[in-house]
Amino acid sequence: MAFSFPEEVLEHIFSFVHSDKDRNAVSLVCKSWYEIERCCRRRIFVGNCYAVSPRIVVRRFPEILSLSLKGKPHFADFDLVPEGWGGYVHPWIEVMAEAYPWLEELRLKRMVVTDETLELISRSFKNFKVLILSSCEGFSTDGLAAIAANCRNLRELDLGESEVDDLSGHWLSHFPESCTSLESLNIAYLGLEVNFSALERLVGRCTNLRTLRLNRAVPLDKLSNLLRQAPQLVDLGTGAYSAELHPEVYSKLAATFTCCKKIKSLSGFWDAVPAYLPALYSICSGLTSLNLSYATIQSPDLIKLVSQCHNLQRLWVLDHIEDIGLHAIAASCKYLQELRVFPSDLYGEEPDVFLTEQGLVSVSEGCPNLHSVLYFCRQMSNAALFTIARNRPNMTRFRLCILEPHAPDYLTLKPLDAGFGAIVEQCKYLRRLSLSGLLTDHVFKYIGTHAKRLEMLSVAFAGDSDLGLHHVLSGCTSLRKLEIRDCPFGDKALLANAAKLETMRSLWMSSCSVSFGACKLLGQKMPRLNVEVIDEGGHPESRPDDSPVEKLYIYRTVAGPRFDMPDFVWTMDEESALRLS
Amino acid sequence: MESTVTYESDLNLKATELRLGLPGTDEYEKQTPPSVRSNKRSLPDIIEESDTGDREAPVTKAQVVGWPPIRSYRKNSFQPKKIEAEATGIYVKVSMDGAPYLRKIDLKVYKGYPELLKALENMFKFTIGEYSDREGYTRSEYALTYEDKDGDWMMVGDVPWDMFMSSCKRLRIMKGSEARGLGCAV
Repeated sequence: MAFSFPEEVLEHIFSFVHSDKDRNAVSLVCKSWYEIERCCRRRIFVGNCYAVSPRIVVRRFPEILSLSLKGKPHFADFDLVPEGWGGYVHPWIEVMAEAYPWLEELRLKRMVVTDETLELISRSFKNFKVLILSSCEGFSTDGLAAIAANCRNLRELDLGESEVDDLSGHWLSHFPESCTSLESLNIAYLGLEVNFSALERLVGRCTNLRTLRLNRAVPLDKLSNLLRQAPQLVDLGTGAYSAELHPEVYSKLAATFTCCKKIKSLSGFWDAVPAYLPALYSICSGLTSLNLSYATIQSPDLIKLVSQCHNLQRLWVLDHIEDIGLHAIAASCKYLQELRVFPSDLYGEEPDVFLTEQGLVSVSEGCPNLHSVLYFCRQMSNAALFTIARNRPNMTRFRLCILEPHAPDYLTLKPLDAGFGAIVEQCKYLRRLSLSGLLTDHVFKYIGTHAKRLEMLSVAFAGDSDLGLHHVLSGCTSLRKLEIRDCPFGDKALLANAAKLETMRSLWMSSCSVSFGACKLLGQKMPRLNVEVIDEGGHPESRPDDSPVEKLYIYRTVAGPRFDMPDFVWTMDEESALRLS
Repeated sequence: MESTVTYESDLNLKATELRLGLPGTDEYEKQTPPSVRSNKRSLPDIIEESDTGDREAPVTKAQVVGWPPIRSYRKNSFQPKKIEAEATGIYVKVSMDGAPYLRKIDLKVYKGYPELLKALENMFKFTIGEYSDREGYTRSEYALTYEDKDGDWMMVGDVPWDMFMSSCKRLRIMKGSEARGLGCAV
């Protein structure tokens, strides 16, 4: 070849390529592009912390500023992954501390983070700016104190829904008076009260603060004072939104909100009391995101509030909204893109709320931009699903949870196969789907046939036989994550589609019918997969080969089997298979 | 790995009868009402409910691990604020005159006196009998009493349920002459 660009030019061009997918594609073009790209890549996303080792990452990419890591499987959110399974971030931080002293951003999800880790982070990265811990655990407020004290340029501290061991509210006081860099602080799920005066001073001196999400322990009467220090806020999470109705407190709050003209996102609202909702009316028209999913307010008050939010794009709410509330939303919130309706009464037998499938149908009709749905309800029909599919072919995420497992179409008593079939057939851009209700192998046939862009599928209490699993594994060409619980899927489909598993990030199966023998076979035949058997009932080898394993987690990896497993997790690989057989 | 696998042996193809018809034209004959799960693997961790739908005490309600798929923070946030107390339960001993051994129950499980009585009746196989406004359970041989914080033996039913829950130390089902005529105030 006669002519090629100098490295600097290529590097400059690559600096405009941001997505990981595109960067990966660039690196595959030729060896020199691979070399140039790896040296100028600054952000890494690792969807499964066990798919690759930190050393491999560091060897390939010498200069990284931002790292995202995910640990436990998604079903860990619902207590299906036993404690101690893994997902430890410390080994990563140890390696990063040496290799990337200029690391700025760390985004961790479902990982175990210890105080020791947090201290190491705070000491190792001189220019550390962003720490986001979603659904993490294993650390306490002591670790947070270290971050506050040592990270001089901290911009974002987001604790997501992490479980934090609350030892003291004084960790916040460890932010030095000189710290003015904070732009985002999310402590919404912290249990303990934080030192309020420290919080106030921090908010007061961080004039670039855009996001502030308080925890339930911050009382309403303190909210006004805090907000007055930060009228530039764009994203606010209130604390507990309840107090005795005092006209002074109310009018102060209402006046404060009128000054916060930039607020686009609201959340919090624990224990919300209807009397204080009108204080928000002045900012409703500017809201694009509203999370009322902790507010146990009844539909009339909810409707009054939400029908003023004409620019709402995202709404999270409890089923107290009821069908009538969703009809109102369909009429008022024409720009709605994402709707999540959570259940309020999980164990009640006759629920007080009147939320049915009609509410969702209504929103699907009235909101042309609706593409992301999470809906918990007690009844569903194929007819409703047909309508929703027809109305919203632009749907990208559809998660339906009918509370009672195996619940059929309540009108016809038939399975909901056809309804979900309509969803996957009409919604050609569907990337994420969660199924529920009475479902046979038919629904999986529809999914395998039509859901060609589907990346993540969650299945529970569905199907009749291996044919169901086979349809999904053989048909869904874009599938990356598959999680299954309590389905009669066994060995055949899994073994017949073993190669497919290398094209996916992970497969989770619990309370299914996969035998120990099949797991061993899979582990033996597929060296680039980690086949992990999780069984708290003792080593499966003490039972016959054809007995089913409790839980199975299979993921592709270039790092080989891991060595940090607890005593109820075993990796099926060639060595162990030979040892056990 | 082969992609076509013969399934005839175990999989009843006739029953699944795959067709590429449009959704909605599916004439699926087999109707499986939720209570019948023939060839499906039985749901683990479920306490079977009786078919009559007769719910005795809240403890028999089916609770599947990890279902519905809700994160624990959300699950916990809707319980009344005394979350610690909720978790531990109020266990009290229950003795019945003449019975060889005692039982223990968690008072938190019951919403009120009627549920408690029903549960005890089932547990010890007796009836507290019918209630009349004037005379209480006069026809019953049994009286339900409890020992309160001060060590006194009180009639069950006199005080509001919440107060009872916090002051009850143990329960005693009295029988015979001591009981006759006392009954229970509920």
